[in-house]
This record gives sequence, structure tokens and C-alpha cells, in this order.
Amino acid sequence: MVFLVALALLTHPFGHPPSQMDDYIIENAQSETGANNAVTAVVFDYRGFDTLGEATILFTAVTAVVMLFRKRKGEITK
Amino acid sequence: MTGSIFNIPFLAVAALVGIALYIIMSQRNLIKLVMGITILESAVNLFLVTLGYRGGGVAPIFTNAPEGIMVLPVPQALTLTSIVIGVAVTALMLSMIVLTYRHTGDIDAEKSRQMKG
Amino acid sequence: MSKIVRTIANLLIFPILTFGLYIIMHGHLTPGGGFQGGAVFASGVALLVVAFGSYNIQKRLKEHHLSILESSGALMFIGLAFGGMAIVFFYNFLVGSPIFGRIPPSGPNPGDMWTGGVIPLMNVAVGLKVIAGLSVIVLVMALACSKVKIEE
Repeated sequence: MVFLVALALLTHPFGHPPSQMDDYIIENAQSETGANNAVTAVVFDYRGFDTLGEATILFTAVTAVVMLFRKRKGEITK
Repeated sequence: MTGSIFNIPFLAVAALVGIALYIIMSQRNLIKLVMGITILESAVNLFLVTLGYRGGGVAPIFTNAPEGIMVLPVPQALTLTSIVIGVAVTALMLSMIVLTYRHTGDIDAEKSRQMKG
Repeated sequence: MSKIVRTIANLLIFPILTFGLYIIMHGHLTPGGGFQGGAVFASGVALLVVAFGSYNIQKRLKEHHLSILESSGALMFIGLAFGGMAIVFFYNFLVGSPIFGRIPPSGPNPGDMWTGGVIPLMNVAVGLKVIAGLSVIVLVMALACSKVKIEE
């Protein structure tokens, strides 16, 4: 599997990734979203569904941790 | 030298993955196992950020930006999500270690394998 | 913890919380945003838990209130996503309108805070969620570990 990853990396040289979508985003992020930060525009506007899924993951993890540490009826509390 | 596969970020990713796999396979203490999983997660995040590098680029932010071409912003957005997922997984693993310690009084991967029920 | 640690924590806590809120609010101009600023704020809360003991912090900062904060952050995020439902699910409906809607000039420029459309409000919603979530995790695990030492 390491060989496949190395083979995939060799087809594009290190400093020149394929960048058709990102050229469009850097070109039009300020006029379409009005934000100066292209990374925030991608995270919240062009790919907002991923952020929604990630908020759900955080919520589920917090609920699971609180649920694991609940006190039962006979335990000593301080 | 730009364009070859043997440059510092990719070699660092390979070294981190090797160290993390060695830790996961050879340690018996449960907390050291969690540390190995966290190192593996950091290596994958570094790999994601390095994939979007354009030679001699600056950060893709337009506020007081210096001159130069900008690196790609999309891999950085995916790495944000990956970091948060790593935090959630680490929190859950550490909670289970605390519960195992309360139940058996010992954190050792060999002895915990024989719990029944 | 000793007196030196408590004094330094008292001095440092207010700049840390202010810095975290600054990173959240200026998420559309400088590097940062909701997740990063929320993590800085939760680190400040973790400093308080380490310096003063989890029992004293739990008397003032109950998990019930923090979970209400987290749920309101999530509801605000989904409400903003449904706001532009007329066209598409996550449409940026505040660009061009008077609240947050100025469009910055293209190219490098000193940032103007009232730009960005829906993005600053989404930053605040996600920031609230991350603050409440990470603080609850730190508090609950510190409380659980302190009880383990007492029962021995």
C-alpha cells in the first residue's frame, strides 16, 4: 500500500498540484462571499455540509462522554 | 530540487507513521497506546496540508497579503475537520481507559483482554 | 495547587479569554475562525480547572448551563443554514444587505469587519458550540478522576 501511495505521489511533482477548483475559489471568493479569508470561505460557504457533519460529531462525542460518567444511585459523592 | 519526492515534509510524514506503527504494535500500557494513535493522526494531518503546497506560495488570505502566488485553501479546510475528529476520538478513548481502571484496577492491554461479560 | 499557580492563573485568565473571543470574531479577516477560537477559550477553562481544583469550578460552572449553551449554538447554525433556503440549502443570503454585506475590494487590502455575509454569524455559532463542548469534556473527566482518588 505504501508503494501505491508513492506511485500516486510521483505523477504530480511536489510544488505543482492540480488546482483547477482552487484557482476558481481564489479568483472569486472575495466577490461572491465577501470574506477576506479564503479558508474560512471554503469551510463555511463552499463546503458548508462538511462543517455541519463535524458539528454533529462534536455533539455526539460530548454526549457520549457525559453519558459514560453518570452517577448511579448507590455511589458516594463528595 | 522542487518536484522530487524526497523533500522534508514527506520524509517527516513517513517517519511519524513509522514511529506511530511501532508504538501501537509494541506497547502494553493503554495510555501509551492512545499516544501512538494520536501521533498517527497528526501524521495524516501533516500529509493533507503538505499536498496543497505551491512552490514559493503565501497563505490564501487577502488581508495585508504579501506578493506571490497563493497555496490551495481546500486541503486546509479538510484538515480542520480531521483535527476535530481526532479530538473526539481521543476523548472517548481516554474515557474508556478511566472506566477500565475503575473496573479492574489495572491498565495493561494483556490483562484486559481476558475480561468476560 | 500552590499560591504562585493560583495567582498567575488569576492574572492570565482574562487575556486568554479575550484573545479567544478575538480569534472567533475576526474569523473572516485573519487566520482563525470558530474552531480555533473555541479551542483557545477552552484552554483557558482548563487552566482554571488545573489551578483551582475541579470541585470549586464545578460549584460555579454547572454542566447543565453549558449544555444549554451548546445546543443553542447548534440551533443557531442550522437556523442560519435554513435562512437562504429560497435558493439552495447553505446560500449566503446576507451579501449586499446592510448588516454584514459589504464586498471588499479584490486583491490585498486592510480588512473591514462588516464584510463577509453569513460567515461571521456562523463563526459565533460554531465558537459557542466548541467552547461549551470542550469545557464539558474537561470538567467531567477532571471530576471523574478526582473521585477515583478519594474512593481508595
